[in-house]
Amino acid sequence: MSEIIELSSTDQQDAKRLDTSLQFLSFTLGQEEYGVDILRVQEIRSWEPVSRIPNVPSYEKGVVNLRGAIVPIIDLRERFQLGHSDYSPLTVVVVLQARMADKTRIIGVVVDSVSDVVDVNKKSIQSAPNFGAKVSTEFINGLVSVSGRMVMLLDVDKLLKLDGLDGEDES
Amino acid sequence: MATILAVDDSASMRQMVAFTLKGAGYNVVEAVDGADALNKAKAQAFDCVVTDVNMPNKDGIELIRDLRALPNYKFTPMLMLTTEAGTDKKQQGKDAGATGWIVKPFNPDQLLKTIKKVMG
Amino acid sequence: MSIDMAQFHQVFFEESFEGLDAMESGLLNLDLGDFNVEDINTIFRAAHSIKGGSGTFGFTAVSDFTHVMETLLDEMRDGRRKITQPAVDVLLGSVDCLRDMLQSIQNGSEVDQADVAEHKLALDNELNNAVPNSPSVGKQTAKASTVLPADDVKQIAGWVIAFSPHLHLLKTGNEPVRMFRELASLGHLTTTVDLQGVPNLYDLDPEECHLSWKLEVSGDIPETEIDEIFDWVEDDCDLAKQPIYQTPSESTPFHGSPEIAISHAVSRVTKDVSSELASSEESEANAADRKNGKKEDAKAAPKGSSSIRVDTSKIDTLINMVGELVITQSMLSLLGEHFELNKLDQLKNGLSQLERHTRELQESVMNIRMLPISFVFSRFPRLAHDISSKLGKKIELKLVGENTEVDKTVVELLSDPLVHLVRNSLDHGIEMPDVRLAAGKPETGTVTLEAYHRGGNIVIEVADDGKGLDKDKLRAKAIEKGLIDADAILSDKQTYELIFMPGFSTAEKLTDISGRGVGMDVVRRNIQALGGNIEILSELGKGSTISIHLPLTLAILDGQSIAVGDETYILPLGSIIESLHVKEDRLNRVAGKGETFLLRGQYLPIIRMHQIFNVLSAKTTKLTEGLIVVVEGQGLRCGLFVDDLLGQQQVVIKSLEANYRRIEGVSGATILGDGSVALILDIPGLVRLANQ
Repeated sequence: MSEIIELSSTDQQDAKRLDTSLQFLSFTLGQEEYGVDILRVQEIRSWEPVSRIPNVPSYEKGVVNLRGAIVPIIDLRERFQLGHSDYSPLTVVVVLQARMADKTRIIGVVVDSVSDVVDVNKKSIQSAPNFGAKVSTEFINGLVSVSGRMVMLLDVDKLLKLDGLDGEDES
Repeated sequence: MATILAVDDSASMRQMVAFTLKGAGYNVVEAVDGADALNKAKAQAFDCVVTDVNMPNKDGIELIRDLRALPNYKFTPMLMLTTEAGTDKKQQGKDAGATGWIVKPFNPDQLLKTIKKVMG
Repeated sequence: MSIDMAQFHQVFFEESFEGLDAMESGLLNLDLGDFNVEDINTIFRAAHSIKGGSGTFGFTAVSDFTHVMETLLDEMRDGRRKITQPAVDVLLGSVDCLRDMLQSIQNGSEVDQADVAEHKLALDNELNNAVPNSPSVGKQTAKASTVLPADDVKQIAGWVIAFSPHLHLLKTGNEPVRMFRELASLGHLTTTVDLQGVPNLYDLDPEECHLSWKLEVSGDIPETEIDEIFDWVEDDCDLAKQPIYQTPSESTPFHGSPEIAISHAVSRVTKDVSSELASSEESEANAADRKNGKKEDAKAAPKGSSSIRVDTSKIDTLINMVGELVITQSMLSLLGEHFELNKLDQLKNGLSQLERHTRELQESVMNIRMLPISFVFSRFPRLAHDISSKLGKKIELKLVGENTEVDKTVVELLSDPLVHLVRNSLDHGIEMPDVRLAAGKPETGTVTLEAYHRGGNIVIEVADDGKGLDKDKLRAKAIEKGLIDADAILSDKQTYELIFMPGFSTAEKLTDISGRGVGMDVVRRNIQALGGNIEILSELGKGSTISIHLPLTLAILDGQSIAVGDETYILPLGSIIESLHVKEDRLNRVAGKGETFLLRGQYLPIIRMHQIFNVLSAKTTKLTEGLIVVVEGQGLRCGLFVDDLLGQQQVVIKSLEANYRRIEGVSGATILGDGSVALILDIPGLVRLANQ
């Protein structure tokens, strides 16, 4: 299991960090709690209206202008088929950096709320069990227990790749 | 802080000279040819001039001659960047009032050593 | 101090390529009968710069090679050497060779040593030919022999130096004190000053140096180090130096040195001369073409970051504008602090000023990316020279509007299509001299390359006064190739446009200059990919003109905002023909083929934007209530059904693919005045979507 974690933490900052511990930003989607590598989090913003993109899956909400860059916004609830919730100014968008080939791409994901930054000992990460059809385990790097709650650790790069956001698979 | 005027029509050489001198703590102003350099030297006082010889719009030797004629540049160290083969050029440069020369190709260390020699 | 010289390499390569281009055009334009020294000087200077740079940046092979060119040019410049056509040709070949060498080094690929050796040999031969006692080799040998053998300086315990500067020494910028400090860094220094030469105060000129010194420096110091300190003032002082030996009166320093031979000629050329003589013109031409092909490959795949050289005046304009913008901004913020309604006029003024400055700033920034088209045109004189001499044609190439500016990206992407077109004109367009004379035309054919601005476009025309296109032949060929039906009715324009169809080639036989590899269909596709179009006009016996229309920049677009429901999209203004309300009786529903409407006798398909983009908020779905925008893209005309037209504005094109992906029907995105994102529509993509 720990091998998979190392695969996703290849940048230099990671290497400098204690190799036994990782930091994750945790957030909630409905009743579930997820975590992403904190080094992949560029910023946290509140929801703002997007420009819709025609003929794409409904979880691809559209694009926004992030300081001059056009950035797609993905609704993770819908992506994971956890139902839809209405957006309010309190809805949170986590802006993530993902790597595709040698490029860094920026993507925003809509989550219900951001909970915490958690320190995770690598050794305490368990491999993901089969969730069945509900959530594709392909996005999940592993599971970790934080104060009795279960947090699913997401692999940002895979999340984007499976969405075909790498721009290579044209329609 | 001493300010040096670096003159070369070749951007790569000019950047190399400027970068080296800045790295050693000098202020550097760049000029792209003799005419540009003369204008800049008239507008601002320099503690040292490092110039290429072969340039369009006033070559390095003419530049040195013109600068020497200015009251502010009577004693200013002026170095020319010249190729080994340019013995005649060295002499012409000296006659025009050059302080000395740096033979191309040179590396940043050689440049700094020579600059230190005239800047004290 | 260690400096990573690699950071200057990119700049060096770029300026070297520019230098090579300058050399090439200089050599091509050199009128052997009547040239000006400055012409040669320009060529010489380029070679000189490349040599200096390559030496400094450690590309010794390049600097060695350039050295020979430089020597040759130097002798020409001084009038020591006569400039002959063979010499110019050798130099031109060397320019090519050097360009290949630099390209290989830049791309990290292998330098073609045999090619380099061959050209170097040609240069050396040229160098040794006309001037029997070539001074360059001798000079180098002499220079190399000043090294002192290390053994002989061991016993030196110090130096005594008598140094009497001439009066003007200070005026060379040299300063004795600094020199003494240098000496002191070599060993212990004692100085004794001689004041005898100092005149009395009334006669004293403070700018002159009247002092002289006796200097003693101790230590095992090589003579070269002492010499180095006084090197610059040799002629500005009387200098005598005497070594102090540890064991006195032993050997005096021995100055002889081993002969160091510097070999210039690289004679590893394994070329069978006789076989080359026997080789046919064709194979020679093939070789040339192979080389050209290689060159273009290298061009097509530039490595590393690209940079741009900007005229300083453009930067100055920019700085001025930013200055004005700052003033306006501070004026506005002052106004905002204590705003009252009676200051409304001031506010309006300020805002319109802000708008003007912003627009000007935008224009200037875009202007930085603009390069003169001469960057592309400059390679054609060489092409014309080479092709006309190879084919035995007489061709004059005219370049018009070389200073027309166009975006750097466009310049780069335009290069290959233009080469193809010019080659076509030179090869197929212009006839052989005897054919021309027989047709009552001047013996020398003319190919004109012209660039000019029209609206937001740059237009580039390649015109020749050659044989022109034969409509009947074109038609017959298209039928033969199965591209059109035998009974197809084509207008003249449509007939000429056949040459842009894939699989069509007009040449009766393929030659190695053109008609190979990419065809006109590829040229057209490349131009269209840049958002432009290409047209051909021709008259049999009179010649052909091909014109390319391209947007000036790929980064900015004149856009028309349209509304579909509460969504805003941008249409390229250039693609819009007109917009109209359509009446019921003009509408037509073709069974199974969707909706069309009648416009001046032509039925045009209607694309409902709300439908293909699934816009639920559309104000209306009744065709008569909305607006039909007639657009054209890649030869397709259709009517887009939208709610309304909004404003026209210039928009900066942003990539959707940078962080997202390509979306059918959309060519990019832009940011509107309110900060929101609007998609830019792609007409051919919309047509494809509608047909799905």
